[in-house]
This record gives sequence, structure tokens and C-alpha cells, in this order.
Amino acid sequence: MALDQTFVGRTYPPTEPYEVGREKIREFAVAVGDENPVYTDPEAAKAFGHQDVIAPPTFVFAITFAAAGQVVQDPQLGLDYSRVVHGDQKFAYVRPVRAGDRLTVTSTIEAVKSLAGNDIIDIRGEVHDESGEHVVTAWTKLVSRAPEEA
Amino acid sequence: MTAQIQYADVEVGTELPAASFPVTRATLVRYAGASGDFNPIHWNEKFAKEVGLPDVIAHGMFTMAEAIRVVTDWVGDPGAVVEYGVRFTKPVVVPNDDQGALIEVTAKVAQKLDDNRVRVDLTAMSAGQKVLGMSRAVVRLA
Repeated sequence: MALDQTFVGRTYPPTEPYEVGREKIREFAVAVGDENPVYTDPEAAKAFGHQDVIAPPTFVFAITFAAAGQVVQDPQLGLDYSRVVHGDQKFAYVRPVRAGDRLTVTSTIEAVKSLAGNDIIDIRGEVHDESGEHVVTAWTKLVSRAPEEA
Repeated sequence: MTAQIQYADVEVGTELPAASFPVTRATLVRYAGASGDFNPIHWNEKFAKEVGLPDVIAHGMFTMAEAIRVVTDWVGDPGAVVEYGVRFTKPVVVPNDDQGALIEVTAKVAQKLDDNRVRVDLTAMSAGQKVLGMSRAVVRLA
């Protein structure tokens, strides 16, 4: 099913704040096997000039992807989420995410395409902290694969 | 600790220390919990095969997280990464055995930019297949 082009440029309301915790960062760093002390030891983080432990570069995806959920599950858009795979992912950082951040995400649909029966959607998530400072932008390309019988 | 890599000391073509990252089913369960991505294609073989995959596959974001470690281990401060993007070209297939799969990452400096930044191009392979494409990071050096 071709997606509705009028969704291009649509921006969704900012999410409720996600509070980044030290132990959640530690759990993520352990899960990816990364022993860099800057993720777990506040003193090591301070030695690099960070206020508190920082998160690994891809940590913020859990937050932006949850925010993108309001886009991909928008019934008006009509994306078949059961067939969705992750196409591309990009981040541009103003600063690293750190413990204590309360982050909101504002998601915008940048592009909607249909190629060979696949529906492709590009979503940009702008992440801001509680003071309104821009922290990171995440671009996510999702591909809803055409049914095999098509 | 301070950033150890000096901008002046790197050239286009400078290779970063390569690394290999093993991934088993247990790794994927742990990553699912930490990331909140519980899509069953990453832990349920029956489900993965029903949707046309050869077996359980790793989270693309797990592979992305491993690949950037070659850069962050090189510079020391992960906060030096200013951009990072990848394309997921092939899945990392993770069999249900003790070995699992291996993600092999190499990287080299592809371009020197202004403001002490360099672009690093990454290559991630698993089972002889390129699993990430267009994989690039921009990092600020000392």
C-alpha cells in the first residue's frame, strides 16, 4: 500500500521527558561489552570534561525510536509495522547524552517513498534537554517490505 | 585521561586498530533488555524463520554500537564523536550454539575536516558479508 505523501513534513508533539539514569547507561554499556570507564565512573567522565557519566553514542536510539513509535503506529499513515526493517541510522551530536538528562524528542516525517512495493519512511528525531538545549538529532530510515506474494 | 590522538598525527588512510566482537544468543537477550528492543526476530528462531529470515539475527543497532567502539577506543573520549551513520546492508545471523557470530570491524581516516575533525569510514563484516554500508563517523581530535 502506497503511503500518503501528505504526511511528509508532519511533526508530532514532543514526547514526555525521558530521564537518563547512571544505572541504565551502565546496563547498556555492559550489554554492548564496552568497558570504557567514561560510561560508568563519574570521575573518569569528569576527566574528559563531562558533568557526569555519558552514554555510548547509540544509546539515545532507544529514546528516539520509542518516540518514532507515534509515527509508525499512526493509523492514518497506514504503515505495516509487522514488515518493518531498519534501513539506515544516523546521529549528529551537539554533545553526548549524560546521566541526569531529561530528554524530549520531537519527531518529523522527512520523506515517504514507495519503491518496488516497499514503503520507505524517513523520520528525524530532534532531542532536547530540560533547558531546551539541542543535544542530538537522529535520522531513522524504516522499510516496510512488500509482501512476498506481491 | 585526555584525548590521545592528535589531529596533526593522522593522515588520510591512517588505519584505526581493528577489533572483532563476538555475539551469541545470550548477547542478544541482554541487548534486548538493555535497549528495550524485544522484536522476536532477535531471540525467537521459529518467529524469525516464519518471517523469511535464515535464523535469529542481531539487532542492527547492536552492530552499530559495536562498530563505533573501534572509533571510541581509538580517541578515548566517546564524547568526541560528532556524527555517526550506517546503512544496514545484511543481517548478522546468530546460530544457537556456543560460537554464535563474529562482527569484524576495520576503520580508516577517510578525510581531514576543519576544526580538528576527521571522517572515519568503517567496515563491518560477519560471515564474509558486509553487514554495514555507508558507515561513517566524524570525530573531533585533540
